[in-house]
Amino acid sequence: MQREIDKMEKTADTAAGRNGNVSVVAGTEGPEISFRGVTKRFGDLVAVDNLDLDIAKGQLVALLGKTGCGKSTMFNMISGLSAPTDGEVRVMGRNPFTEFDWYRGKMAIVFQSDRLLPWRTAVKNVEFGLESLGISRAERRERAMYWLEKLGLKGHENDYPHALSGGMRQRVSISRAFATDAELLLCDEPFSALDEMTSKRLRTEFARLVKENRKTAVFITHSIDEAFDIGDRIVVLKRPAEIAHDLKIEGEIGAAERERYRRMIHESLAA
Amino acid sequence: MSDATHGAVPANSPVLAFARRLFWIAAPFVLIAAVWQIASSFFPPFLFPSLIDVFERVVEIATTWSQFSSVLATALRILAGLAGAFLIGVVLGVAIYTSDIADRLLTPTLTFFQGIPALSWVVFAIIWFHGIEFRILFIMIMTTLPAFTFQVVGALRGMNKDLLEMVMSFRPSRGKYFSAMVLPAVLPEMLTAWKVNLGNASRVVVVAELVGSSGGVGFQLLQQQQLFDMAGALAWTLQLVFFVLLFQWLLSQFERVAFRYRAKSERR
Repeated sequence: MQREIDKMEKTADTAAGRNGNVSVVAGTEGPEISFRGVTKRFGDLVAVDNLDLDIAKGQLVALLGKTGCGKSTMFNMISGLSAPTDGEVRVMGRNPFTEFDWYRGKMAIVFQSDRLLPWRTAVKNVEFGLESLGISRAERRERAMYWLEKLGLKGHENDYPHALSGGMRQRVSISRAFATDAELLLCDEPFSALDEMTSKRLRTEFARLVKENRKTAVFITHSIDEAFDIGDRIVVLKRPAEIAHDLKIEGEIGAAERERYRRMIHESLAA
Repeated sequence: MSDATHGAVPANSPVLAFARRLFWIAAPFVLIAAVWQIASSFFPPFLFPSLIDVFERVVEIATTWSQFSSVLATALRILAGLAGAFLIGVVLGVAIYTSDIADRLLTPTLTFFQGIPALSWVVFAIIWFHGIEFRILFIMIMTTLPAFTFQVVGALRGMNKDLLEMVMSFRPSRGKYFSAMVLPAVLPEMLTAWKVNLGNASRVVVVAELVGSSGGVGFQLLQQQQLFDMAGALAWTLQLVFFVLLFQWLLSQFERVAFRYRAKSERR
């Protein structure tokens, strides 16, 4: 088992050019997202402790960890919704908290719940991100309809959120994120509230769309299967947001192999 | 199907449902009117006038410009007072929501104001100001301002944090943030505030006009009281009630359009 871990982490290290605790991807002008000695405290509670992590442009990274390990705290710091207590978070070379508005149109988020505006129809919800970018009404509608259709919601564009199922609402929310054509997609357990079949179908669609559109994506999850389905890199986090494993996934992984990795991740998270 | 049932209206038909709804809307008023009419046969007209007399006076007021202008004056005073209080309430509410210092200064002050009776404000206004219209506007604003402000603060504080974060994640401009998030989120509570304050304002304006005005429904009520004319007092009161009902209905129609996105549960 230890040999397997070593082999996988070696793959990750080779691809990412690991330097001590910091992964730096070779051959790019710099990491898209970087954490340098980041600590986040809420009173006495340490949610993230002295974290170093780099995410390269074009990677689809799954941040995997148990509930309360600090994944969402990391997510909020990347998105600029909260600031680190110590250390530095940089996204596209800038500070997402202090330079919040600079990221308009460069970053889109899919949240755990769909977070659709209840007073807007599906198409108007998708248009919301585009309105913030000052895109013309006609182009907004065209782009919103394109993404709704791509995600199988044709015919539901004028429905209000309450008339849509959970899976449909989450697809509207994904459409809203993709419609802005942002370089960076942040997803906070977007399929965790859905049934297994819908969740599986949506994450397959999601991973395909991310790759098709060459996005950098950070996908937070507590599901090992979801991490393997989606990520081409899996960062396994222990509490408080300490990196237990940093795995690069190359190509399809067989069932037996996935089971071995699953056991390995379980063991390290339980430790 | 038998002949007897062939022409019958089905129990769940929309016509029957509408008739049933209409009956239950009218039933309490018909009951009150019947009791009043019965009482009018046993008591003198200055205590319980016949509803026919009252109805004639209502028609007379509605069709005589010199009288109906008093109703309009009162209605405009109510709307002006509410609009003024609402605008100031929005400014103070936003200040309280966004600033701790404003919260510490304004919340206790407005709470204190809320405890001052409407009649005291009438007296203060008569002592402080000369113009009748300004006095009434002042009274209306002072009596409805605390409620509007606290309702604005409550609406702003009650905005869904998840939706706020979602909206902020798209980095909208201030204008877009307000029109796409804040306004639709607070609108339901704002409309409720208007509905509640409309009732309060209609009561306060009558008191203000009764004491410090030479026109309007309040002043007319004072005249009827001096003449011991119960039919007139009732007719003028009904004019004000009709106005309040009309405005409430307009607000309800607006609500129906503005809140059509809301899910309706079959079970209430």
